[in-house]
Amino acid sequence: MKAIKTGEEMLNQLDKIKSEAIVELDRATDTGALEAWRVKYLGKKSELNQVLRSLASLSIQDRKTVGAAANSLKDYLENIFKAREKAIKEAQIVAAALKETIDVTLPGRRPPVGHLHPIAQTIQEICEIFSSLGFQIVDGPEVELEYYNFDALNIPEGHPARDNMSSFWIDITDESGKRPMLLRTHNTCVSARVLASQKPPIRAVSPGKVYRYEASNATHTPMFHQLDGVAVDKNITMADLKGTLSEFARRFFGENRKVRFRCDFFPFVEPGVEMAIECAVCHGGGCRLCGNSGYIEILGAGMTHPEVLKKAGLDPAIYQSFAFGMGVDRLPMLRYGIDDLRLFFGSDLRFLRQF
Amino acid sequence: MKVSLKWLKEYVDIDLSPAEIANRLTMAGNEVKAIQTIGEGWGEKVVIGQIEAVKPHPNADRLRLVTVNLGKEERTVVCGAPNLNVGDRVVFAFVGAELKDGHTGEKIILKPAKIRGIESAGMICSEMELGISDENQVIMVLPEDAPVGMTLLDYIGDSILDLDITPNRADCLSIIGIAREVAALTGKMVREPEVSYIERGSSIFERISIEILAPDLCPRYSASLIHNVRIKPSPRWMQERLVAAGMRPINNIVDISNYVMLEYGQPLHTFDYDKIRGRKIIVRRAQSGESIISLDGIERKLTSDMLVIADAERAVAVAGVMGGANSEVTDQTTSILLEAANFNAASIRHTGGLLNIASEARYRFERGISPGLTIPALRRATQLIAELGEGEVAKGYLDIYPGQQKIVPIVVSSEKVKRFLGVEFSQAEILNTLTSLGFECKAISDTDVQAKAPYWRNDIHLEEDLIEEVARVQGYEKIPLTLLASPIPSRNPDPLLKLKHSVREILASSGFTEILTFSMVGLDMLKKLSPDLGTVEPPPVRIANPMTADMEYLRTSLRANLLSAFAMNRRFEEGSIRIFEAGKVYLPAGKRQPEERETICGVMGGQLFAGYWQENERMMDFYDAKGTAEIVLERLGLNSQFVLSHDSGLHPHKQAEIIVDSTRVGIIGEVHPKVLAAFEIEEPVYLIELNLNCLVSLISYRKPYQPVPRFPSISRDIAIIIDREITHQRVRETIQGFPLVEMVEIFDMYMGEQVPPGKKSLAYHIRYRAQDHTLTDEEVNQIQQQILRKLNADLGAVLRG
Repeated sequence: MKAIKTGEEMLNQLDKIKSEAIVELDRATDTGALEAWRVKYLGKKSELNQVLRSLASLSIQDRKTVGAAANSLKDYLENIFKAREKAIKEAQIVAAALKETIDVTLPGRRPPVGHLHPIAQTIQEICEIFSSLGFQIVDGPEVELEYYNFDALNIPEGHPARDNMSSFWIDITDESGKRPMLLRTHNTCVSARVLASQKPPIRAVSPGKVYRYEASNATHTPMFHQLDGVAVDKNITMADLKGTLSEFARRFFGENRKVRFRCDFFPFVEPGVEMAIECAVCHGGGCRLCGNSGYIEILGAGMTHPEVLKKAGLDPAIYQSFAFGMGVDRLPMLRYGIDDLRLFFGSDLRFLRQF
Repeated sequence: MKVSLKWLKEYVDIDLSPAEIANRLTMAGNEVKAIQTIGEGWGEKVVIGQIEAVKPHPNADRLRLVTVNLGKEERTVVCGAPNLNVGDRVVFAFVGAELKDGHTGEKIILKPAKIRGIESAGMICSEMELGISDENQVIMVLPEDAPVGMTLLDYIGDSILDLDITPNRADCLSIIGIAREVAALTGKMVREPEVSYIERGSSIFERISIEILAPDLCPRYSASLIHNVRIKPSPRWMQERLVAAGMRPINNIVDISNYVMLEYGQPLHTFDYDKIRGRKIIVRRAQSGESIISLDGIERKLTSDMLVIADAERAVAVAGVMGGANSEVTDQTTSILLEAANFNAASIRHTGGLLNIASEARYRFERGISPGLTIPALRRATQLIAELGEGEVAKGYLDIYPGQQKIVPIVVSSEKVKRFLGVEFSQAEILNTLTSLGFECKAISDTDVQAKAPYWRNDIHLEEDLIEEVARVQGYEKIPLTLLASPIPSRNPDPLLKLKHSVREILASSGFTEILTFSMVGLDMLKKLSPDLGTVEPPPVRIANPMTADMEYLRTSLRANLLSAFAMNRRFEEGSIRIFEAGKVYLPAGKRQPEERETICGVMGGQLFAGYWQENERMMDFYDAKGTAEIVLERLGLNSQFVLSHDSGLHPHKQAEIIVDSTRVGIIGEVHPKVLAAFEIEEPVYLIELNLNCLVSLISYRKPYQPVPRFPSISRDIAIIIDREITHQRVRETIQGFPLVEMVEIFDMYMGEQVPPGKKSLAYHIRYRAQDHTLTDEEVNQIQQQILRKLNADLGAVLRG
């Protein structure tokens, strides 16, 4: 028969349980040892539980003191148990993860992903720039009437500019035996249609395919791409032309490329403008790429010719307009250093997958 | 147009470098494509010498010891050239001179050498070593008057500007034209040649008459007559200038007409006066059946829309294009009839094109030169023939000018200039700029300037033309950069372009790579698409002047180029190939413009996942193509149906039309094996084709959202045995017809030994859900039983045990 303990003895016993429990918990490094510890110190038959059960034998004063100390010890032991349990589980996860190894240099499994054509990407990029400047994207027929391709643009029959744009004519004749249709030689005919069909203010760009009777070589193909634009309002100036096209060049080519505007001739504008950007290779010093000029021609532009406005039913005394047109295909050629235009139309996946 | 700077300096003072002048001209509209420098690197090291003595080399038979007098000193060098003559003026290069290698043409610096034991410091040069020509067999021999001791740079050094003249500025196809530009751009004056000569003997009017029968094609015809001319080579300075401009010297008369053409931009023609019959020049259209042997000896058949210069009996020249052999100036010629005329540009282009003759004269006439040029050029050439051909000029000249037009002055206001360019130029600046270009100007108000274009310009018609003159001479760089200030016009984007872009993006994200091919195809390519028909339906639109047979028609389908591209890529690619094109097909519309239908077509074939490790490989099939089409339509927010179809280019049983709102918007299918064989493809290829013009009207982009379900679903699987002919769609629609069925998904189909012949097993995954409560198992079991009974009653399906 065990002797009945005094309150002070019980308090001493609790201190002893606590110090033993801390030491033993430190030694429990796996879930089995941890469970044994739990049974020993927090189980029904644990020494602590015995202390709690024997409180009745104490005086009221001692009962309060010892009871509080025993419950406090129980909370304490439960807390350190939980912390230990969490630490052991984490250690196990880490240990398990450390056992898993793979070869990270093996190739990834990809969902099949295709590529948009570099010319289509370029057109998209240019259209986004002009869209943000308030230009509408428009389209027009590729099989065009001679009128819109030439006459409406101040290029009457016999004009020397027709020589520079050798045409593919459609094998359909009208009543007079003339062939009235051709594959458009430039996208400016879409601008002519926009001028004739919309009411000012107008801002529009049209990207698309154009056709010229030229044999394929590294720099020419019978089909290529242009993007043409036109803006009409009462107060549009040549300074607006320069500003708008400079902004395009800044966004497309980057901040630090110099832009040069010089006089040039196109029948549908007056004054005529050519915009060139500083050569990326020589930075204006002159090299083979830019033909020693230091600049690379990007687009033709100008103030829309009064005759063109008149033909579209717009009064040049009221409206002023600028227009521009650029070859699209050259832009990715310059950007990626592509030296043969034919690659774009060759459908070779080994080429197209690079973009 | 090649312009010698040395020649140019005779007409205008130039104190800028060749590069600076080139830049000014380029910025103002006359682009200098290249500058060729004659004598680059010669400096003081290459000089003119005279051969004093030629002695044999002691150790070599072929070599000589040559002593050259260089004015201040003499040098003796070893030389192996065959043309060493005492007294000749030659070119001597000192050690250190920059020359070209006489064999490779590469740049070299001349070094002292010991040739067969004899020291040789310096060299007598060939033209190739000087970079003048490819002649490397003989040394260059200079004229007798070449000043000994002068540097070769001072003697023949020059810069040649190669100019690209725009079609509106035919006046700049001349040295004086360029001199006028340079003068205006640099604030200098032009010095035109002083022209005067003595006229002797009888009057030209007694010797010849001119009649213009086609004044619409010949606005002006001027002529002079020179007798007792001596035909001989032209002087060296003239020959050099012609050579520098890319022309070949012939004799003094031909050279003078070319020289004055280069100088003034007015083409001239010379006739042997004694060969002109009937003392008459008639400018008329050619008669039908008429022909002429041109100067190049080729007989030219003429048509009635061509303009000829004729005498009383026959054509003696194709006007403005080429002279005739029957009136050609030869060594025996003594009297020259000199022509300076103006012809209609379009007519010259037409005739030159038909006869396929490219000449300097045609090049200028077809750009439309000013009729005002004839007399100045005629008088200049007459003067030179009198001087250099020792001729006697008949009194007077003929000048028939039916096309004379008054030059109307144009008013330009400084206000309009500002409003148009966005930068202000004062009235004085405008007036001075135009005056520097030769315009006759006067101020007519505080803002307005009245300007009359000089006689050589025929491209000035409008106030805007004058504004360009001001802007280009002042410099475009003076115009500031501004952005459009007015409100953005409100316009809707083109829905077709948006749709095209969306579909392209969806296809690219589904593994398809975009190709871009020519719109022109050969008929054989289109024929390959419908092997049983032998014809192409609809008949494609033909190009009247195709470049080649394989680009003779406008494509009516994107399929041909895609299948060719598939076959081509298969040569390099294993595994999957997925490509598409978005472009127009062109469908005939009678006499009207063809219908241009925006089409997107994709083809696919090969292994589903190509070249990946650890994958179970399988080949693509019909359902991969269908899945792609489904994704495209779903992403566009469209409900679609696939209905078995009858496209002769596709496999008879493996194709389906895509129907949206009872409209056919496209087709999918396996390409017909015969078509594949025609394109030399040895594997199944699947195709998706969408007609965007049809699709665009069906898209609203406003599909209402479905709420996320609040109550849980219950899923059941069911497997049935059913006749093979009964389609999945009928089973699916039967099940779908029951209430609470949220989704029906097939997860297995089996045909084989495990099921009776003529039957198949289909397994479905059915998801049930109620919108207002949580379903119970009993509810679901009940519906499932009803479904099975209905499948059995309607389709004869039985539950698979």
